[in-house]
Amino acid sequence: MTASSSRSTLGLWLLSGEWRAHRLQIAVAICAIALGVALGFAVHLINAAAFNEFSAAARSLSGQSDLQVRGVQSTFDESLYPLLAQRPEIELANPVLELDVAIPGNSGDRRNATLKILGLDIFRAAIISPDVIGIPDEDRLFDMLEDDAIFLSPAAMGWLKVKRGDTLQLRVGTQAIKLRVAGGLVRTRAGQRLGVMDIGAAQWRFQRLGQLSRIELKLVRGIDHDRFKTALARDLGERYLVTETADQEARVANMSRAYRVNLNMLALVALFTGAFLVFSTQALSIVRRRSQFALLRVIGWTRQQLLRQILLEGALLGSLGSLLGLGLGYLAAAGAIYVFGGDLGSGFFSGVKPRLHFDSLAASVFFLLGLAVTLLGSAAPAAEAAKAKPAVALKPGSEDTALSRLANPWPALTCLGLGALFAGLPPVFELPVFGYLAIALLLIGGIALMPRLSASIFSMLLSMMRRMSGTLPALALARLANAPNQAAIALGGIVSSFSLVVAMAIMVASFRVSVDDWLRHILPADLYVQTTAAGDARGLYPEEMKSIAAAPGVSRIDFFRSSQIMLDPARPAVALTARPIDLTDPASILPLTADVMEPSLLPEDAIPIWVSEAMVDLYGFKAGTRVDLPLGAPGPAPSSGRTPPAFIVAGVWRDYGRQFGAIQMRLSDYRALTGDQKVNDAALWLESGVKPEQVITWLKRLPFGEALEFSTPGEIRTLSLNIFDRSFAVTYLLEGVAIIIGLSGVAASFSAQTLARAREFGILRHIGMTRGQILGMLGMEGACLTALGIMFGSMIGWCISLILVFIVNPQSFHWTMQMSLPWRGLAAVALTLLALASLTALMSGRHAVSGKAVRAVREDW
Amino acid sequence: MLELRNIDKAYAGGRQVLTSLSYLLQPGEYVAIMGESGVGKSTLLNLIAGLDSPDRGEILINGTAISSLSDNAATRLRRKEFGFVFQAFHILPHLTLRQNVALPLLLNDAAVKHAEERAERMLGAVGLPGRAGDFPRQLSGGELQRVAIARALVHRPALILADEPTGNLDPDTAHEILMLIRQEIKENGASGILVTHSHAAAATADRTLLLTKEGLSPAAQRIK
Ligand SMILES: Nc1ncnc2c1ncn2[C@@H]1O[C@H](COP(=O)(O)OP(=O)(O)OP(=O)(O)O)[C@@H](O)[C@H]1O
Ligand SMILES: [Mg+2]
Repeated sequence: MTASSSRSTLGLWLLSGEWRAHRLQIAVAICAIALGVALGFAVHLINAAAFNEFSAAARSLSGQSDLQVRGVQSTFDESLYPLLAQRPEIELANPVLELDVAIPGNSGDRRNATLKILGLDIFRAAIISPDVIGIPDEDRLFDMLEDDAIFLSPAAMGWLKVKRGDTLQLRVGTQAIKLRVAGGLVRTRAGQRLGVMDIGAAQWRFQRLGQLSRIELKLVRGIDHDRFKTALARDLGERYLVTETADQEARVANMSRAYRVNLNMLALVALFTGAFLVFSTQALSIVRRRSQFALLRVIGWTRQQLLRQILLEGALLGSLGSLLGLGLGYLAAAGAIYVFGGDLGSGFFSGVKPRLHFDSLAASVFFLLGLAVTLLGSAAPAAEAAKAKPAVALKPGSEDTALSRLANPWPALTCLGLGALFAGLPPVFELPVFGYLAIALLLIGGIALMPRLSASIFSMLLSMMRRMSGTLPALALARLANAPNQAAIALGGIVSSFSLVVAMAIMVASFRVSVDDWLRHILPADLYVQTTAAGDARGLYPEEMKSIAAAPGVSRIDFFRSSQIMLDPARPAVALTARPIDLTDPASILPLTADVMEPSLLPEDAIPIWVSEAMVDLYGFKAGTRVDLPLGAPGPAPSSGRTPPAFIVAGVWRDYGRQFGAIQMRLSDYRALTGDQKVNDAALWLESGVKPEQVITWLKRLPFGEALEFSTPGEIRTLSLNIFDRSFAVTYLLEGVAIIIGLSGVAASFSAQTLARAREFGILRHIGMTRGQILGMLGMEGACLTALGIMFGSMIGWCISLILVFIVNPQSFHWTMQMSLPWRGLAAVALTLLALASLTALMSGRHAVSGKAVRAVREDW
Repeated sequence: MLELRNIDKAYAGGRQVLTSLSYLLQPGEYVAIMGESGVGKSTLLNLIAGLDSPDRGEILINGTAISSLSDNAATRLRRKEFGFVFQAFHILPHLTLRQNVALPLLLNDAAVKHAEERAERMLGAVGLPGRAGDFPRQLSGGELQRVAIARALVHRPALILADEPTGNLDPDTAHEILMLIRQEIKENGASGILVTHSHAAAATADRTLLLTKEGLSPAAQRIK
């Protein structure tokens, strides 16, 4: 037999002996790692599944085209089509009208529901996007061209509860239209809700005569795509965008990136807490075995052998935990997608049904991450154990000196300093990378400072105690003051978990309060009227506006026109709202920030616009800058020679609704520019004493009253805050996990400590302390530690929340918020944690005093 | 076998423990060292084992200066040539007796099966036959010290260092243990150093030395 096998047998004996004797602690450490890995992996899987499905669905709509031409506004005139189709470089041009059409119905679920309908030229689309072609009945082939026929994907049929041959009722602006479900589609993705019609029929039925959403181009073979794209873009002018499928994917990616990255970061933070727990378990278990290791060193273990053994132990822990975590993460992701959908309720990926794939690359990354974190957690205590002088370590009572290097404050202070420095750095690739680094450093530095701080605080308390009586508190405090490093490890668990809870709670509360204030500000009217639903629904005509304005009891009415413009093909469209805005007092309806132009300084020759904060970050639209917007009368000529109107940013306002940017302008300016006389929404102010219900009843009796939707500011607020809460549900989950990890940290370190202190307890029992007194002492230690942990945790958590509120959020979502502290909730959590942690300390200690005191003296020496 | 040349040792804080200590231990010699508490007996054993290094002077084991060795080389030397018995036993709590005793053999790369068999035989030799599968918590103090002796001798070391091995035991058990140590040392042809406070214990060694501030000197009585 070889030398290595006898050594590995030795390693195995030591490992199995240790693990068999301390099953609980090992299990806790494995669970901690598993929890962190599971969380990270699950979040990644959910995001990836939702994102892939969403972009695949988006891609399937544009088929195999090489380039797409779209307008900066949602539609453009079809006269562009023959111009393109004639170009020699283009083999095939496929005109598409893409509409999001409102589904009538008042159930809350369908309230803002739209069905995506593609109007296609069947002969051209069959070549470019053959998947989304309708399948007519064999005897009704001409349904493909019928003006009342619509073909629906299976998911759309299921969702609308219709089948082939049924009638489908849709609403366009204020009018209802009826279509016949003529069949299914060749191939769509699971869950993709889509309808397809003949393009002419769609233009007519949805009142889009002569309009297109995009033209898909297939180029003649051999044409240089990039060169042609540039040339075409130049020829078409700034009112059109030439995009590739890649741009479209970039847009989808940009849309949800900040959200995805933030979730991933939060999950990594959980992994970090798990790592800390592993560190403390490993450190304590190594400290406890200090004299065993010393003995092995005496009888012939080299430093390297000792180091290898401890690291091997860590690697095994890490591997087991990570594997368990991967399994758990996959299950959690599957469950979450099943229950909440792919966007965890945040609304970023609606209308698709993601399927979960076991991503083996990500699995390996998270496995290695879990392993690395565990090894890192083991490395420091292992190095200390290997360095210890065996002759000294053999003597009892040397445990705390083993950790004495923890008391060196410099590494901690360096971390804190670096963290403060990083907090001031700008985002990288539009992501708050340094913000997150600052948070990590703050946590590490704060925790690393614990031994030093706790030692001085407990000694101070002890000297204050001396003047009072009571053995138990004195003993408990003496222990904490004299063995501050072991105390600090338990403390670290509490500090890290509680600071995360505090940080997230403050962040969510600040956000919620800000959103609530913002909603109050942007909803000043008494009643809001919308033409059914969002999307491309056509709005109210001038006569209809007059009839609404004639409603009795209405003191003032503002009409809104909302649409979207595309400023950068790689970014999501920007929302454009035109409404009456008082030039001298825009703050009365817009939640303006400090970045505003003095109204008197507004130039005569430029049209004022007010932009959301995201526009400043993404497009550089600072107050006072002159900007170009692709707005103007819709016309067929790509380059009409007119000088485009100049715009000036008159102010910046807060928008929590659209993180990709929003612009507001005066309705009169918009109408003059575009000639578009229609509106979508109206805000009504009522005369005093008039109830909204009365006005609603009156408006419903109008000929088009059925097509109007009414909401009071209260309803909108409740709905918005519900959505808010739903999308932040995942952070509550993370907080819960952090608490659990923190508590298991307390459990782990207290049970490890009490094991290590078995001899001390044995002696105390011998000299006449009752079991109850020892337990009381332990409970008191637990309570003191937790109280201190909560105090430090609140401080660190508050600092982290500052970073989250003032750096991470503005950098990733492009909005600012004001800070508010959820005192009562935090106090409740703190008290619960205090009680639970003291209880945990007691429970873990019970084992150590349960055996015979004599045996306790001998166990683990 | 072992030669001490002009050893000085002081601890941090300036406490001078050993001053200019010299001694030559012959192969096969078994000596007892006595001396008042705190005089530096354990310190001396640590120095001999290479667990600590002298401030001045040299310790030669079979001609090599142990302080000139690297930590790894010193460890290898300890692993092969030394056996240790402590007052506090230091038996690993979560290993069986068999595993505890087999440790030095495994460290010396012996085959596992052979190591376990020899450990069992060794346990039988120290009076614990049939208990190889037990855990340390099932043993009395005297029995634990027998296990420690089995562990110290299992790999047939050239030098046994025993620091008050019977300090925790009653006189009868102590005597049995001491005779066991003596017997095993003599059977293996090893050398041994026994540190003790008890004259009866010292009497089981070939001769007794007294450690004082002045150094090591032969004590008055000796037995054969
Ligand atoms: N790590 C240490 N640091 C500082 N001083 C030490 C250390 N170890 C021992 N000493 C001191 O060195 C002196 C000798 O200690 P040592 O343990 O060698 O005594 P000893 O002769 O074995 O005593 P005993 O018979 O009580 O075991 C003592 O005064 C002790 O206080
Ligand atoms: Mg001693």
